[in-house]
Amino acid sequence: MLTLAILIPMLGALALMLLPTLGRDAARLVAIGTSTLSFVLLLIVWAQFDSGAGAPAFQAVAEAAWIPSLGVAWRVGVDGMSLALSLMSGVLFIACIAWPMENPERPRAYYAWFLFLESVSLGLFLVLDLLIFYVFFDLSLVGMFFLIGRWGHGEAERAALKFFIYTLAGSLAILLAIIGLVLSVDPITFDMRALIAAQPLAGMDLRGGLVLLGFVVGFAVKAPLFPVHTWLPPAHVMAPGPVSAILAGVLLKMGTYGLVRIPFQMMREAFAAHALPLAIVALASILWGAIVALGQTNLKRRIAYTSVNHMGYTVMGIAAAGAMLTGAEGARELALTGAVVEMVAHGLITGALFLIAGGFWARSETYDLDAFGGLAKVAPRLTVAAVIASFASLGLPGLAGFVAEVQIFVGTFAVFPWIAAIGLLGILITAALFLRMLQQLFFGDLPKAREGFPDISLREGVVLAALLALVVLIGIYPRWLLDMIGSATSAMIGG
Amino acid sequence: MPIGDVSPEITIILAAVLALLFAAFAPRRMQAGSALIALVGIGISSVLLLAQLGETRFTFSGTWALDGASLWARLMILIATAFCILLSPGWFRTDPRHGEYYTILLLAALGAMAMAGAGDLLQLVIAVLLSSVTGYTLAAWHRDWALSVEAGMKYFLMGALANALLITGVTLMLGLLGSSGYADIASNLSLGMGLSPLLFVGFALTIVGVAFKLGAVPAHAWMPDVAEGAPVPSAAFLTVVPKIGAAIALARLVQLVPPEVLGLRPLMAVLAVATMTLGNLAALWQDDLRRLLGWSSVAQAGYLLMAITVLGLSADALTALLTFVASYAIGNLAAFAVVAHLRGRTAIADYAGLAKRRPVAATALVLSLLSLVGIPPTVGFLGKLTLFVTTIDGGYTWLAVVAAANTVASLFYYARVMGEVYFGTPTDDVAVLGRISGFAVWIAAIAVIAGAVLAGTAIAAFDLSRVLPI
Repeated sequence: MLTLAILIPMLGALALMLLPTLGRDAARLVAIGTSTLSFVLLLIVWAQFDSGAGAPAFQAVAEAAWIPSLGVAWRVGVDGMSLALSLMSGVLFIACIAWPMENPERPRAYYAWFLFLESVSLGLFLVLDLLIFYVFFDLSLVGMFFLIGRWGHGEAERAALKFFIYTLAGSLAILLAIIGLVLSVDPITFDMRALIAAQPLAGMDLRGGLVLLGFVVGFAVKAPLFPVHTWLPPAHVMAPGPVSAILAGVLLKMGTYGLVRIPFQMMREAFAAHALPLAIVALASILWGAIVALGQTNLKRRIAYTSVNHMGYTVMGIAAAGAMLTGAEGARELALTGAVVEMVAHGLITGALFLIAGGFWARSETYDLDAFGGLAKVAPRLTVAAVIASFASLGLPGLAGFVAEVQIFVGTFAVFPWIAAIGLLGILITAALFLRMLQQLFFGDLPKAREGFPDISLREGVVLAALLALVVLIGIYPRWLLDMIGSATSAMIGG
Repeated sequence: MPIGDVSPEITIILAAVLALLFAAFAPRRMQAGSALIALVGIGISSVLLLAQLGETRFTFSGTWALDGASLWARLMILIATAFCILLSPGWFRTDPRHGEYYTILLLAALGAMAMAGAGDLLQLVIAVLLSSVTGYTLAAWHRDWALSVEAGMKYFLMGALANALLITGVTLMLGLLGSSGYADIASNLSLGMGLSPLLFVGFALTIVGVAFKLGAVPAHAWMPDVAEGAPVPSAAFLTVVPKIGAAIALARLVQLVPPEVLGLRPLMAVLAVATMTLGNLAALWQDDLRRLLGWSSVAQAGYLLMAITVLGLSADALTALLTFVASYAIGNLAAFAVVAHLRGRTAIADYAGLAKRRPVAATALVLSLLSLVGIPPTVGFLGKLTLFVTTIDGGYTWLAVVAAANTVASLFYYARVMGEVYFGTPTDDVAVLGRISGFAVWIAAIAVIAGAVLAGTAIAAFDLSRVLPI
């Protein structure tokens, strides 16, 4: 089932490449159809998913041999965390594919790359084999490189190249760390479940530390954390809106997901020993992301830096949750659950924000905040969508971001009180920057050039409404999501 | 005499002679018939070769090694040569006497096979010389084109020096160890005989001589010139086939010495770092794709040396060496196949927008470059992966880290080409060579992907291999 969910978008991508006569609308229909089909399969897996106390950690498992002598095989399966993230990715991919193309060139190839990226992203969250995880991790770079380079604007090629090189450096650090990790089990295996059970580097201080460093550096580049986040702003600014949404919504999560799945779960001892420095790096990201975002006059750069800030919260929660092997179970579980909810919430919220930003570019070819004002008069529906998304991002109660952040902070206070206290500043700054952004865009005087600014179309409206409805739903009634995620996080903390 | 043990090599000689005779008597328009003869010869030779599967012994009084390492390397040499033959008829269409080309190509392949199989220092010298002499001819085949002649000339001058060093090194080893056979040398060394700084010099000089065929520092300088100036089928051949033979020859030399004596492994590690770093740095700002591929091929030789460094320290070193060599051969041949198919188009700027004009060739080129970087799902990823695993396993983690850093640097120039191919705007129409070379491009592109999928089988087969002397 999971294999099919990964395979179907890939087949869709191949079909789009090989059918030369398909027009733009037909290509989009094929793409929406395949991504929906894959999402439906994920829903079926969810329906059969058992989040009860005695349920197995990984469900819907399937295996097929690939390179037996290295212990590599095609292994898929989900726990509550990967299920939540893959469902979120599925939603976001459908939304971004349905969103109108910003630069309507070569639509077949555009949608094919999108489906390719969807297949790769779902694969990354669903596989249980470290090597194949790495394969998908690398492939996501390839897909993104071509999407940004070909359909971006401005200095897109440069931004794409910077993104590619930066993140490949990170992923090679991960590869070396993976090798260091698997070589310490005998016989060599890349099976995540076996590695989680074996805790291979327990008691090996230096080697454990180095392997951990490799993982943290690699995932920090992808997440991204301060100070290795500098690829992110240009990549976002040059990329088309839907591509930015995927980059922020799905690709960044690969970093935090990997951080939980691999070092957190497979090397608990080393992780606990180094959790404090990680939390400090996360704190730096929270503050740096918020302060720099506040200083941006470019709409997309501003949103991009808030991603650094939000990923900082996530990593802070992860670090707090892994800071000790026993004790404070309740608080640590809360922090970890909050971190995973933040991944889901950030995906939906920032996805919506980037789609909105893409809408601004499509209408006016600029992201300069000063070029806008008073848009509430001409574009009321856009205003509503942007307000909801911004409030959700700054953590207003009743919306998804709040559910996540409150858990992260409560959990972290029990473990690293000072860091959590300073981190709260980030929330204040984020609130300020979003409020000022809204004020600048939608209120005040309407510039002459913007009098004909069109409101969102029906298609854009449906997409945004769907994403924001989920944000509201998680904010008001988070039980279903918390149960799903909690089934995984309680096992991680308790186990 | 156990003639059967060298039946694949004899077949190649016969095919070379037949191709030459055919070329001498056939009319101009039928010169390509020699290609057919060569392909048939390679086919028969491959079958005879596979009959040796599972053998691990010396033959011909200890001068010729039959083992898994040489078997797979020779098979790769034959397949790679056959692939280069596919590129040739179109390329040499206007050359009235190009039938002879296939004879030289087969003899050069024979030289590489002899390097892979050499179980004796003198046999190694002969193999290197055969491979070199034919190589110069292949590089300078376009006699009235200055770049081609220059490539051949540089190759020859470097080669003359490297061969002289090789012979000096072999003489030193012979004198100090009292035998030229590898089996004797290995047992003498394990008894601690002849260990001296002078022996280290002998080994080092011999290694330099073989490094010349490998395109590794310090005898690498011919590589970019040959890649740029030689006829593209020759360039494809010379950057791949001698390297396969030299890799096994070098592995065998290092295998002679136990890891704890003489310090050959650290020497290999230093050469590996120097080779990959130099190759990558020099490739960074190239504006010429063929030259870029030449430098990249130097860098790849550096990665290859990693597996030789940990030979005897990690059980998987030979598997990694064979896997990496195979993956490199596939990736590099695919890239050169595209260049040949596009009639030797060489300036990177001329590749702008290739994806719009020639989507298949563009896809093949991008896949081959991704494979050379080592990005999944290409076969190059498996090559790099096994290499990293064995290097870390063998205790050379720092070497793997250096190689990873180098890989990041290499992405920069490979991605520049990919960017040009996909994001550039095409200026004019792109001419291609013909149907056979187009077919070769397809084969290569499929091999880049299929190689990764089938890697499990290949690695399992390589795992059973040994490299003599044990």
